[in-house]
Amino acid sequence: MSEPSPTAPISPHAHSGRDEKVAFVIMTALLLVAPFVIYPFFLMQALCIALFACAFNLLVGYVGLLSFGHAMFLGLASYVSAHAAKVWGLDPALAILAGVASSALLGIVTGALAIRRQGIYFAMITLALSQMIYFFCLEAPFTHGEDGIQSVPQGMLLHFIDLSNQTILYYFVLAVFLFGFLVIYRTINSPFGDILKAIRENEPRAVSLGYRADQYKLAAFVLSAALAGLAGATKAIFAQNASLTDVQFSMSGEVVLMTLLGGMGTIYGPVVGAFIVVAMQQYLGQYLGEWVTVIQGSIFVVCVLLFRRGIVGEIAGFFKRSL
Amino acid sequence: MFALLGISPQQLFQQLLVGLINGSFYALLSLGLSVIFGMLNIVNFAHGALYMMGAFAAYFLLNLLGLNYWFALVLAPLIVGAFGALLERVLLRRLAGLDPLYSLLLTFGLALVIQGLFQNFFGSSGLPYAMPSQLTGATNLGFMFLPIYRGWVVVFSAVVCFSTWFLIEKTRLGAYLRAATENPTLVRAFGINVPRMITLTYAFGIGLAALAGVLAAPIYQVRPAMGADIISVVFAVVVIGGMGSILGSIVTGFALGIIEGLTKVFYPEASNTVVFVIMAFVLLIRPAGLFGRTA
Repeated sequence: MSEPSPTAPISPHAHSGRDEKVAFVIMTALLLVAPFVIYPFFLMQALCIALFACAFNLLVGYVGLLSFGHAMFLGLASYVSAHAAKVWGLDPALAILAGVASSALLGIVTGALAIRRQGIYFAMITLALSQMIYFFCLEAPFTHGEDGIQSVPQGMLLHFIDLSNQTILYYFVLAVFLFGFLVIYRTINSPFGDILKAIRENEPRAVSLGYRADQYKLAAFVLSAALAGLAGATKAIFAQNASLTDVQFSMSGEVVLMTLLGGMGTIYGPVVGAFIVVAMQQYLGQYLGEWVTVIQGSIFVVCVLLFRRGIVGEIAGFFKRSL
Repeated sequence: MFALLGISPQQLFQQLLVGLINGSFYALLSLGLSVIFGMLNIVNFAHGALYMMGAFAAYFLLNLLGLNYWFALVLAPLIVGAFGALLERVLLRRLAGLDPLYSLLLTFGLALVIQGLFQNFFGSSGLPYAMPSQLTGATNLGFMFLPIYRGWVVVFSAVVCFSTWFLIEKTRLGAYLRAATENPTLVRAFGINVPRMITLTYAFGIGLAALAGVLAAPIYQVRPAMGADIISVVFAVVVIGGMGSILGSIVTGFALGIIEGLTKVFYPEASNTVVFVIMAFVLLIRPAGLFGRTA
């Protein structure tokens, strides 16, 4: 494609990685002390959604594939882990693993179909497939339809860590988030990540160099799906429920919004975007009602027209840093 | 035969008709998407929201201005189409030359704004829109009762679809349009106002969506979410048909409507998902879509 790709330009410092590491230390420090200042439930919600957005960004920001159905991975994994913890009585760690495995499997199937087309078709195919998963979750007996799976036990992690203690629960969710974040960071800065970026910039060229673009795209898709599943599964355990909200199309749209607002193709952008959007819903939702949709739509329009690099992308561009 | 399958012919034909009706809407909407895609190279995510606006336009024309269904059939597509032209001029044009993903995100944002505004002012429940008096009642075809309005929707949509096909494939204006799709710079050099053609094409595609909205108003109620409900199926239809061909999107639209209707008879559990399953198979066998050309 000859058009510029939807990412921040590479700055001279792009490969030093020092700024990114400093930012990581600051982010981790802030998140460690945050529960003493901010309502932990909100923080855990935001962390799970932020991991979800980072997983989504791995695909759109670094492979140039815009998925409009990512909620299917978040939602399916949250149902599976909720079911595993409640009905099968599994250890929370195993329940989360079951959720991740289910979304990775779904990622293999849907990814193999979706990467057969590019660009806008990719977006439409992922949207259609996620609608299919939505109807499946609406009608399958184990998801309990409109009721969802309620009062999921938080349980004892590895038999000795009591997740029903709110403080321990928070640090557990934080650990999961940081793990997922580092996996993505490592992927982007690996030779594998470089090939993904090469495919994003010029797929025919990458193919002519001998890279099997489809295999790389599928691998990135499955990794993104699995990490989105990790976010969904963790969310089901801490929030103690799984419901249709997480598998609905509006969730797929919201993750696009968060990533665009924070900055597509930046490492910290999706985290910033997720915290802003979740905060908006949590604290303004009750006053705004349906206006939330209007505001979200307006943010899309403003971002696309005025600052396509997103908040973090613009800041990084201003200071000529890579974040 | 019907006894063997355990369904009555009455039921089969009823569902076939419902399928044809939905197929008409799929055809009109995917046709509009194809026309817009051909000219602007964008996927109009706001298509569902503009279809909903068509239905609301009919509702307002009736309840505020006292203009009946027949006026709405002409005026609603014009009004909503003009709104579409405005969107193209003011917003979409700024994104020309950028990655098409940005225009996709912009139209998605517009869809949220439009749907959110209507939900705020009119709630989520449906507003009734009366059937035009000339088309009420039903006629006995011997094997089934055909509600006249439903028959009208199918026939009228088919006429509109094939007129559009004729306009684009067989007329001089259509030839300009196809030429501008292939090579806009060259067509401009011949003295044809391509930017205006782009605006009018967008408005025309939106007009088709609004027309589908007016046709849908008496059957389904006028609801803010009606567009969001139908758009994912329409996208699947577009993927199945491939956006390269006008005739392809019309045929695929009607055919999938019928298949969906038949699924409701034979295996109702799958009626919501059958179109998506077909999409998956088509992607496996013919990734470019049934009528599509590989880019």
